[in-house]
Amino acid sequence: MNGPQDLGGMMGFGPVCPEPNEPVFHGEWEKRALAITLASAALGEWNLDMGRHARESLPPHVYLGVSYYEIWTRALAHMLDERGLVTAQEVQQAQMLVQPVPTKKPAATASQLQAALAAGSPYDRKVNHPARFAVGDVVRTRVMHPATHTRLPRYARGKTGKVVAVHGAFVFPDTHAHGLGEQPQWCYGLRFGGAELWGEDADPTLQVMVDCWEPYLLEAAA
Amino acid sequence: MSGLAESAWPCHDWTMTHPTHPHNHPREHEHEHNHDHDHDHGSELSEAAIRVRALETVLLAKGYVNADALDLIVETYETKIGPRCGAQVVARAWVDEDYKARLLADGTAAVAELSFSGRQGEHLQVVENTEGVHNMVVCTLCSCYPWTVLGLPPVWYKSAPYRSRAVLEPRAVLADFGVTLPADKTVRVWDSTAEMRYLVLPQRPAGTEGWTEAQLAELVTRDSMIGTGVPKAVPSQAPGAAGIAGASA
Repeated sequence: MNGPQDLGGMMGFGPVCPEPNEPVFHGEWEKRALAITLASAALGEWNLDMGRHARESLPPHVYLGVSYYEIWTRALAHMLDERGLVTAQEVQQAQMLVQPVPTKKPAATASQLQAALAAGSPYDRKVNHPARFAVGDVVRTRVMHPATHTRLPRYARGKTGKVVAVHGAFVFPDTHAHGLGEQPQWCYGLRFGGAELWGEDADPTLQVMVDCWEPYLLEAAA
Repeated sequence: MSGLAESAWPCHDWTMTHPTHPHNHPREHEHEHNHDHDHDHGSELSEAAIRVRALETVLLAKGYVNADALDLIVETYETKIGPRCGAQVVARAWVDEDYKARLLADGTAAVAELSFSGRQGEHLQVVENTEGVHNMVVCTLCSCYPWTVLGLPPVWYKSAPYRSRAVLEPRAVLADFGVTLPADKTVRVWDSTAEMRYLVLPQRPAGTEGWTEAQLAELVTRDSMIGTGVPKAVPSQAPGAAGIAGASA
């Protein structure tokens, strides 16, 4: 979706201001925000792409006006409410008002979570069909504006680039975010020249690398 | 960089919620103004902190999360996983050509040799800076970052200025970090749009011949592995062993 998350190429946000000796967390609430976000995800009630979609679905004036941990927790509250796990009223009153419901997985114990964090969740999958493109191919990205989740940023739509890597087949976010299954697709590393993305005034030394799933791509016109 | 961007929000604090529609709602503005000053630094809890506390309370009460699991997550990312992990990987690659070859061929497997693996590092790609190419990593769409080797991303990495500008004008972004590259050097920006996570292998500083891995790792900054910085400089006045001692301070 053309949501507030798709920031590449926007202007007016001001300088990047690195914080000297930045702490890992700015206050206790950031720690708790991280912890409840990861622990709630372990319930199996949503996947990574659904989580991302919940965040980008925040209204633009909210998304662009709050810190990243607040984006996380607002989206978390929304997903918990949507599934009837924690209602908005419960959050407002900071207490349990309705009985818990069964979840796909039980609450993870500390050791289970430790194992899950250490193992990670690989998103590559075996597929039977061959990759349509190979390293060196020149391809064109689709012009598309789905109202649903996608990982092709606006600045890279309708652009011609070169395949520099075939990463393998990966879970397809565009379906996975909407409960339509993993539907793994080949995923490629593409290289775009600065001028192709931004026009003649672009930095002539700029190359932008974008990872794209096969459904985002077309053969470049000869 | 345009004057507009410079003047819009000079060094906005992206750890905070900032006022919305301040001009349309004078009363709200007043409130937000005061609120902003107290925000998470004073005695008053921010709206965000209140929401997090409420969520945690209800999640615990309903048995959806376990308190010790929450503490474990915080402890893991506060004390165990961070940029010192990546610095070890870089230092190893600087001293061991075979390791470097494995690292560039299969980042995930090579960092696992040093016992770094897990969430947000399942598909790690290491990209090497050279005389001709400088690499820089961004996630324009969210906050994808190689957690297994760098830990949690800094605030600026997740904030709108970096995410919007890195793919458009990386040299101007580098200037915000005090980094200037040769005019003819290729700047290659990696937008983490899929599940690949990128780690920059910076160039080994000159004057470090004979240094140990541990000494070299001290030169490797987090930003040098994101591509918004370069390794720490080697003190030039003190060659040999004295220089090494000075560099690891």
